[in-house]
Amino acid sequence: MEFKTYSSPHLPVSNSVAVMMQRVLLALLPGTICAFWIFGWGIIINILLAGITALSAEAAILRLRQRPAFTTLLDGSALVTAVLLALALPPLAPWWIPVIGSLFAIVIAKQLYGGLGYNPFNPAMAGYVVLLISFPLELTLWSAPGAQLNFIDTLTLVFSGNLPVGQSLDTITQATPMDSIKTRLGLSETLSEIHASPLFGHFAGAGWEWLNLWFLLGGLWLLQMKVIQWQIPAGMLAGLASIAFVFYAVNPDIYTTPLFQMFSGAAMLGAFFIATDPVSASTTPRGRIYYGLGIGLLTYVIRTWGGYPDGVAFAVLLMNLAAPTIDHYTRPRVFGHGDRDKL
Amino acid sequence: MADSGTRFPRPQAALFSRLHTFHGGLQLPGHRDVTAATPIVPAGIPPLLILPLQQHIGEPAESRVGPGDYVYKGQTIAAASGPVSVPAHASSSGTVIAIEKRAVPHPSGLPADCIVIETDGRDCYQQADHAALDYRHTEPAELCALIRQAGIVGLGGAGFPTWVKLCNHSQRIALLLINAVECEPYISCDNRLLQERAAEVVEGVKILFHAVQPDACIIAIEDHMPQAEQALRTALDAANASGISVTRVPDIYPSGGERQLIRILTGREVPSQGFPADIGIICQNVGTAAAVYNAVVRRQPLLSRIVTVTGDGVAQPQNLEALLGTPVSHLIAAAGGYTADVDRLLIGGPMMGYTVHTDSIPVIKTTNCVLAVSRKEMPAPPPALPCIRCGKCTDVCPAELLPQQLYWYARSNNYDAAQDYQLFDCIECGCCAYVCPSHIPLVQYYRNAKAAIWTQEVQKKASDNARNRHEAKQLRLARIKQERAERMARKKQALSGDGGGKESRQAVIQAALDRVKRKQEQAGAAPKNVDNLTVEQQQLIDAADRRRRLQHPENKTTD
Repeated sequence: MEFKTYSSPHLPVSNSVAVMMQRVLLALLPGTICAFWIFGWGIIINILLAGITALSAEAAILRLRQRPAFTTLLDGSALVTAVLLALALPPLAPWWIPVIGSLFAIVIAKQLYGGLGYNPFNPAMAGYVVLLISFPLELTLWSAPGAQLNFIDTLTLVFSGNLPVGQSLDTITQATPMDSIKTRLGLSETLSEIHASPLFGHFAGAGWEWLNLWFLLGGLWLLQMKVIQWQIPAGMLAGLASIAFVFYAVNPDIYTTPLFQMFSGAAMLGAFFIATDPVSASTTPRGRIYYGLGIGLLTYVIRTWGGYPDGVAFAVLLMNLAAPTIDHYTRPRVFGHGDRDKL
Repeated sequence: MADSGTRFPRPQAALFSRLHTFHGGLQLPGHRDVTAATPIVPAGIPPLLILPLQQHIGEPAESRVGPGDYVYKGQTIAAASGPVSVPAHASSSGTVIAIEKRAVPHPSGLPADCIVIETDGRDCYQQADHAALDYRHTEPAELCALIRQAGIVGLGGAGFPTWVKLCNHSQRIALLLINAVECEPYISCDNRLLQERAAEVVEGVKILFHAVQPDACIIAIEDHMPQAEQALRTALDAANASGISVTRVPDIYPSGGERQLIRILTGREVPSQGFPADIGIICQNVGTAAAVYNAVVRRQPLLSRIVTVTGDGVAQPQNLEALLGTPVSHLIAAAGGYTADVDRLLIGGPMMGYTVHTDSIPVIKTTNCVLAVSRKEMPAPPPALPCIRCGKCTDVCPAELLPQQLYWYARSNNYDAAQDYQLFDCIECGCCAYVCPSHIPLVQYYRNAKAAIWTQEVQKKASDNARNRHEAKQLRLARIKQERAERMARKKQALSGDGGGKESRQAVIQAALDRVKRKQEQAGAAPKNVDNLTVEQQQLIDAADRRRRLQHPENKTTD
């Protein structure tokens, strides 16, 4: 009798990229629902626009590169990129913002480098940063919590720029808490004065603290499902909190609390969903910690002294640059080498 | 580790009570419930026994029989050759019909030299002329010789000659470790062995203990085999073997790997490219211990082994006691034959075993499992996607390597970098490939890279040899040239140094010419071939002479 031959191991596979990506999407769900709750339909429209653009762009490029488009689309990585980008974008941005962002993310940052597994930079953050630098005004169009437009009005605004009668951009949009801190600190107000504003909640921005909490929850689930490892989120949050603590201890009037830092802006989304993108991150166990710490520290530095209110995207891209070097210097000790030979 | 003796002072047991962990590893589905609960059955005598000369690590044995020879069961049919080798024995009586290349259990699928015996079914045993040995009063060296003669190798799967492990070490052995940790799914031969023959195993361990004289001895057993553990403890109590302890280790693959097991039990690591004996430890499989018992007490060489025949591709999964050389097809038949949807045949477990394309291969000393599976149980691997560097492989690698980096370098044929990342510390356990979400056949890449590096080394050695030969030849030619030049120079010197000047040279030439002339006058002038002339010839010659004399009257012939 003749048998086929295969290479070991022979047990059926236990894992797949598609399953990992599906779990990431699932873990984003609580935060996404919370964002929808706070910011309205704009979130959903962004996700749809970015998702459709990303999938079409990926399919087109794969066709051009003569790669199997269908199976690759099924791996879900393009969709994850699109959703991450969409969650970072302001909900009332015009339609071409998510479209350009995901086009850049998929075509330039991902496929032109060779597609899944070969991109040196986090595609979602590359797309976001391109938008942030090119269209700073549009990226401030965050809807004011509580002053929501319905689905049709949002759609009209996004696609035509027309507002419903009696509404102005000023009434339906609002500066983010971090933006507002940046501006008002510039006007020599103290933090305690700023925090008195209704923009702020229990320990961070109103609404934003909840958003971060739900992303934290989804991230913890990813940890438990072993889709991500603990080192990068722990490193990033530790980096962010520790430097925030130092400056807060020095002058609490102008430096926010570590808790505020950890639950503001894209901190939790960044720590569990963006910085953990394995392709562009450091891959050694020790390296992941340094990588996370670097992102945390840089995020704080950019938030506090940089020109932009949030710094997660820039911090991630900067650490993407450093990842190969970090990997090189953090190779683990191999079993049977060196001196761990004690009883 | 010259001081390892003092690191494991007697009394020892308490020192090893705390278990350590190794990095990574996997919890795998067991798939052994049926075979672990079914008694061992003899597989019987097959019509043909195919005994490869190489059933162990080291040099192959040398055949001592020829076609047509009748061999008894237990007779040595091939002798050990070289420092790491063991003999092979006929596992049943019959006639040697061929010594030829046959398909053997090897991942390469290449045939190898085998002694083929047509059995006569009588199982006629060559009478052992030795009485049972009391090992307690036998020198360790003598025990080693006996174990070597019995052809015993590690029965856990690697097949390293047991006597080499027992005797060829310079260290004092602090710990004798008996490995009953059957960590690969599906395999249960050691489990059944302990359940049914714990007393033999314990006796075997006591013999090994006597041969090695360690400070401590542990039998390590895995969590999933409580009946085996119970049987073992009962046998230990019955044998009053207080110096031997039993330790249960967690059910994590590959805790049965020698290096991993040593790490679990002692917290120490066998140095890379080194041996356990380097840190004062000797590790033996339980099956090996039972074989040692057979060799020393029953004076019987290694003739059979227990093989787990399982998978959903066989009708009745069970453990069979198979004579060495039994074709796998015979084992499958003994286990009820194939099921309809059998798709692949594996030798060894599902993590480190290898597929074979035919069931005509024999059971050899290292065959612990024959696994016949359907496509449903083990589907063809899905197509590989690009590596996303998720690092899951790093998290599970028991050798603490960076499999994703090794893959990268192996794939790009960057073998220097692969070696820099310690490719050769990879034990090919398959954990990385099992968890890889991109379904990359990582182990295959590593094996390929290792083989390529070995080939490169062989080629490098060959080219080094060629270069050395070439350089030696150039040197030799240069030397010869120089010597010749010197000789010429000396000769010249001699010629010119004698008289000096033109006249003397002319004198020498003249003398030489004179010598030649004299010689010619003596020899060359004499007529040749004139001894046996016929009358006509003589007349012709005389006529010619006369003519010559008439023409040149001044010339005279010698006659």
